[in-house]
Amino acid sequence: MSKSYQAGVKEYREMYWTPDYVPLDTDLLACFKCTGQPGVPREEVAAAVAAESSTGTWSTVWSELLTDLEYYKGRAYRIEDVPGDSESFYAFVAYPIDLFEEGSVVNVLTSLVGNVFGFKALKHLRLEDIRFPIAYVKTCMGPPNGIQVERDKLNKYGRPLLGCTIKPKLGLSAKNYGRAVYECLRGGLDLTKDDENVNSQPFMRWQNRFEFVAEAVLKAQQETGERKGHYLNVTAPDAEQMYERAEFAKELGMPIIMHDFLTGGFTANTSLAKWCRKNGILLHIHRAMHAVIDRHPKHGIHFRVLAKCLRLSGGDHLHSGTVVGKLEGDRNSTLGFVDQLRESFVPEDRSRGVFFDQDWGSMPGVFPVASGGIHVWHMPALVTIFGDDSCLQFGGGTQGHPWGNAAGAAANRVALEACVKARNEGREIEKEARDVLTEAAHHSPELAIAMETWKEIKFEFETVDKLDVG
Amino acid sequence: MANTHETGDFQTTQTLETFGFLPKFSQDEIYQQIAYIIAQGWTPAIEHEHPSRAFNHYWTMWKLPFFGEQDLGRVIAEMEACRRAYPDHHIRVLGYDNYTQSQGAAFVAYEGRS
Repeated sequence: MSKSYQAGVKEYREMYWTPDYVPLDTDLLACFKCTGQPGVPREEVAAAVAAESSTGTWSTVWSELLTDLEYYKGRAYRIEDVPGDSESFYAFVAYPIDLFEEGSVVNVLTSLVGNVFGFKALKHLRLEDIRFPIAYVKTCMGPPNGIQVERDKLNKYGRPLLGCTIKPKLGLSAKNYGRAVYECLRGGLDLTKDDENVNSQPFMRWQNRFEFVAEAVLKAQQETGERKGHYLNVTAPDAEQMYERAEFAKELGMPIIMHDFLTGGFTANTSLAKWCRKNGILLHIHRAMHAVIDRHPKHGIHFRVLAKCLRLSGGDHLHSGTVVGKLEGDRNSTLGFVDQLRESFVPEDRSRGVFFDQDWGSMPGVFPVASGGIHVWHMPALVTIFGDDSCLQFGGGTQGHPWGNAAGAAANRVALEACVKARNEGREIEKEARDVLTEAAHHSPELAIAMETWKEIKFEFETVDKLDVG
Repeated sequence: MANTHETGDFQTTQTLETFGFLPKFSQDEIYQQIAYIIAQGWTPAIEHEHPSRAFNHYWTMWKLPFFGEQDLGRVIAEMEACRRAYPDHHIRVLGYDNYTQSQGAAFVAYEGRS
């Protein structure tokens, strides 16, 4: 029997709070940290979030009766306390898979973090985690190559990749820039990187940069006998220019390009990832703007969600913080989203901020990139925290070496290999950091000088965005 | 901070990827890395190639990978046999990881005369 139409405003919880609901394997699940306005019941807040991020609007409308809203609506199905925080709570929402276009993180985000974040009944709202059902994961292409393919292409096994961002980040001419690249690569780095700010400014147009960098990469490769690369940044004002730059990098025989996925946008990123898959080019992803979105503990989107979205959209590397360097990042929380980048299955683990089991199926893995304020003294900790499937990038820690880039690169390479060797021999390299590095420096004056240069530099500030613990 | 006149001259060298920047391994050090490969549950394998062709992805395999091999001594014996047969070749030890479908480890144990 059909329902009758009653105009007016219903409380959200009448329709969208369903504590008895058992989520389906095909549902997309989300965990929001909600901070409601005083006096609004938790169930009403949770239901409002579910409604406003799915089928609901503030008033009943007659056309609702033309569809089966029971099939399409999002459902708030659980509420939990936030440990150590009486003001906020977690709301768990299940969305039917048919609410979202296949293969579109753009569409998922437009719904889940759209209008609802400006909703007046909420003081703050934060999207903590999303469980993408495997049925949805399979509709996304994901990383163009993945960790295993990149290792094979670059012939790097049994250790983290070693890189650095070319500095100063703005103002170098193309030829001087290529010089800095060449020095880093001949000194022992695997990869160098365009700074994210470098696109195609008046001081260095992109064609010139690409040409000089290509010469630097190929010469270093020939002289060292090792495979090398430089992330040529193809982030551009529009998609047409982005493709043009990518095509030119390929023409020059370069193995890897780069993109900024948040400022460039998910549509551009997904398109570029598909171009990379088609053309056999590796894709490095930078994350400018992420801290605007993810740093506030009660509002915005946690980075673990952005990281998951990037894996679905496509990228072979993603910056993920260093834990030990100059940029924000709690160790357990970082390990939580590093798993999301690399593993084929990640179980729920609240101690790492992981709210759901996540099955990635056969989707390729993404290298987490640790970059920002790290130097040789951090090497034992970095190798321990990130393991082999990572890319460690020392910008100032390479180019700030008193002898220059090549010596700085060699110092880092020696330190990295000494740590990997010692770890494989069963030593606890974080505890024995000083011994491992000092022994290695006996046969490397470059490392000895690097250790002397950076011995006092530490970045010990409290993390702003901590995991929620009682 | 070092003065300009103290700055060292860093010379580019040919290196052979992982562990290429460490001093040549002693026999014990080589054995420890092979023991690590076995302990990880990976399949040890040996490849060799003339230094003039070292940049190629594919080196020549020495027999098949040693599937299921748990005995460090037997891998070492194969490595030494390969070395006797090809004294002027580089000899690379690797560990095939069938879960990641990649190599968990790969390093050149002996360098051939170029």
